[in-house]
Amino acid sequence: MLMAILVICGLALFFGALLGYTAIRCKVEGNPVAEKIDALLPQSQCGQCGYPGCRPYSEAVAKGEAAVNLCVPGGENTVKAIAELMGVEAIPLDADAAEPVPLVAVIDENTCIGCTLCIQACPVDAIVGAAKHMHTIIASECTGCKLCLPPCPVDCIAMVPLKLEPASWKWPYPVFKLTQQPANDATANGKVAS
Amino acid sequence: MIQTLRKLWNIHGGLHLDYHKEDSNQSPARDIPLPAELVIPLQQHMGYKPNLTVKAGDYVYKGQELAEHNGFMKVPVHASTSGTITAIEERPIAHPSGLNDLCIILKPDGKDDWGNARMTPYPDHTQVDGEVLRKRICAAGIVGMGGAVFPAAIKLNVHDNIPISALIINGAECEPYITCDDRLMREKPEEIIAGIQIMMHIINTQQCLIGIEDNKPQAVAAMQAAIASSGDTRIQAIPVPTLYPTGGEKQLIKILTGKEVPSGGRPASIGMICHNVATARAIYRAIALGEPLVERYVTVSGSGIAKPCNLNVPVGTPVQHLIEQAGGYTQAVHRLLMGGPMMGITLNNPQIPVVKATNCILVEQPKPVPPAMPCIRCGRCMETCPANLLPQQLYWYSRSREFDKAENLHLFDCIECGCCAYVCPSHIPLVDYYRFAKAEIRTQRDTKRKAEIARDRHEFRLERQERAKREKAEKLAKHREQAQTSTDDGKKAAIQAALERAQAKKAAAQQDNPA
Repeated sequence: MLMAILVICGLALFFGALLGYTAIRCKVEGNPVAEKIDALLPQSQCGQCGYPGCRPYSEAVAKGEAAVNLCVPGGENTVKAIAELMGVEAIPLDADAAEPVPLVAVIDENTCIGCTLCIQACPVDAIVGAAKHMHTIIASECTGCKLCLPPCPVDCIAMVPLKLEPASWKWPYPVFKLTQQPANDATANGKVAS
Repeated sequence: MIQTLRKLWNIHGGLHLDYHKEDSNQSPARDIPLPAELVIPLQQHMGYKPNLTVKAGDYVYKGQELAEHNGFMKVPVHASTSGTITAIEERPIAHPSGLNDLCIILKPDGKDDWGNARMTPYPDHTQVDGEVLRKRICAAGIVGMGGAVFPAAIKLNVHDNIPISALIINGAECEPYITCDDRLMREKPEEIIAGIQIMMHIINTQQCLIGIEDNKPQAVAAMQAAIASSGDTRIQAIPVPTLYPTGGEKQLIKILTGKEVPSGGRPASIGMICHNVATARAIYRAIALGEPLVERYVTVSGSGIAKPCNLNVPVGTPVQHLIEQAGGYTQAVHRLLMGGPMMGITLNNPQIPVVKATNCILVEQPKPVPPAMPCIRCGRCMETCPANLLPQQLYWYSRSREFDKAENLHLFDCIECGCCAYVCPSHIPLVDYYRFAKAEIRTQRDTKRKAEIARDRHEFRLERQERAKREKAEKLAKHREQAQTSTDDGKKAAIQAALERAQAKKAAAQQDNPA
C-alpha cells in the first residue's frame, strides 16, 4: 500500500519536473494562433473591428475576447477561415454591407492644404507630402481603410472603387439564362391532355 | 516527297474535328488597302503595359516606336503605317471581359513611309552576340504569335544550367478553320528557316524540329524544300498526325520528343524551347531587315464569310475592315470570333482591332446553346483530356468553390483547349468553370501578397513611431542630464571661484597684517 503511494507520488514528481523543464526549454515565442489569424486578415489596418489594427484584433480573437465576424474588409471568406481555425461555428459578417468592394483613396489636389494630418493617420504610409505642400496617395499601397478621411480638415479625400481593367478582370462564375422552350411545353401539355 | 523517318509519340486523348481548312487555304495571302484608322492597343502581350512615348497630334513613320519597353515583362508597340496620331483613348479590345483598354488611334496618310524608323539590320547574325539579338527581338515588339503572346525575348533567355537540347517550332495549327500558318509556311519558308537559325544561334542548340500536322502536305513540302536549299542539316520538318490539340506547346513536345513537361513547369526546364512559325518569321525580319512586328497573316473564314481567305494585315486594323476585304457577310445573323472555334474569344463589336495574337477571324452562324444538364459521370471528359487531368473532379471542385482541392488536382495544368466541354453529353461549359476557378485562385494569391506588403508597411510604421518616441525620450533625458551636470559644474565653479576669492582675500589680509 505504502509502496504504491510512493511510486505514484514519485511518478507525479518526475513528470511534473519534466513538464516544467520542457515548458521553459521549448517555450514558444509570441502567440502562434494569433499569428495564424493575422495571416488570414486583409491587413487593411482599418480598425472597423474596434481594435487598433489587424494584429491586436487577431490577438483578441486568439484569447477568445473578440468574435470571429468583425473583419468587414475581409468579407465572408475571412470569417469562415477564422471560424475554421478557431473551431467555432461561422457566424454571418457583423455588418449590413454586402461583399466588400476594393476601394482606393484619392486626394483632390486643388483642395489639399498640406496639413499632413492624413499622413499621420495612414497605417501603411501610403501618403506622401510635406507641410504646406500638396499630398498624394500611392495608389498601389493604399488598402482602402478610410482612416485618412476623418482627420482631413478640408474633406479633400474621396474613396473611389478600383477601376476594372482587362488585366484585373476576373472570369465570372458560369451562370445561364433559363429560357422557356415553347415546343416542349406544348408536347408536355399535349401529353397531360391526352 | 514527305519523309517520315522519325519516331513519333502519342498524347493522351485529343479530338478529331471537322477542319474546314480548304475553305481559306487555296489562294495566297493578300495585302489589303489601309483602313481609315488603325486602333493599336497599348498592351498586346502577356505582362505589363509599356510606357507611351507619343502623344495625340504626333506624326509617326511606319515602324516607329509608340511605347517603349524599359521594365520587366514589357514589350513595345510600333506604328503599323505612317500617319498622324489622332487620339490616345480607351477603345474596345479583344478580351473575354468585353472591357475597354488604352489604344493609340492612328490615321494613316496613305504613304506607308518607313522614314528612318527601321533599326540597323544585322545581315550576318552569327557575328552578333545572342544577348544583342535578344534585345533586338524585344525592341521589335515580338511576342509569341501562336496566341499566348508571351514575350519572345524572355522565352529565348535560357539559363546556363539547363542546356537546350532542341528548338521546337510549332507549325501544327490544330484548330479548325485557321490556315494563316499554313499559308505562311508555303509562301515564306525561307524567312521561317532564317528565323529558326537566328533562334538556334541565340539559345545555342544543334537541333530543331518543326512539327506540322499532316493535313498540310504542301506546307510540309515547302518547308522541307527550304531546309534542303539552305543546306542546314540541324533542322527537320516533321509531319505529325492531325489531332486536336497537337498545337499545344506541351502536346507538340510530347509528340515530337516523347518528353513530358513536368506539372507547373516550362518546356525550358526539360531543355526545350517552343516557338511558333510566325514568330520565327518575325524574328528574321527584325534581325535581318530591322523591321519591328507591325503586320501578320490573319485567316478570315467561317460559314458567315462570303470569300474566306488569308490576309496580310497591319496590326490595329479593325475586324470590320477585314470582313469587307473578304467579301462581307453571307448572313444577317452571325457570331464573330477571334481565334478558332475551340478557344476563340467572342467579339461583341466589329470595330475591335487585330492584335499581334490574332490568327483568325471566324464568322459563324450562332449555334443554339443547349442548356447544361447535370453531370452523369460518364468520364468522357477524362478520356479526351490531352493534359491527362480529371476534368470531372475539377468541375465538382470548381463549382463548389473548393479551390485548394482543384489546385491539388493540377488545375493550372489545364490548357483550356475545350476538348472536355466539346465531348460532354450534358453540355456543361467545363472550361468556363476552370477559368473561373483559376481566376479566383489568382485573385486570392494576389490579395494575400498585397496583405503581406500592407502588414510589412504597417509594422515598419509602428516600429518607426516607436523608434521616434524612444529617440525623443532619449534626447530629452540627455538634455536634462546635461542641464543638470552643467548647472552643477556652474555652481561648483562659482563656489570654487568664491572660495578662491575668499582665500585670496584672506591671504592678502595676512600679508597686510604682518606688514
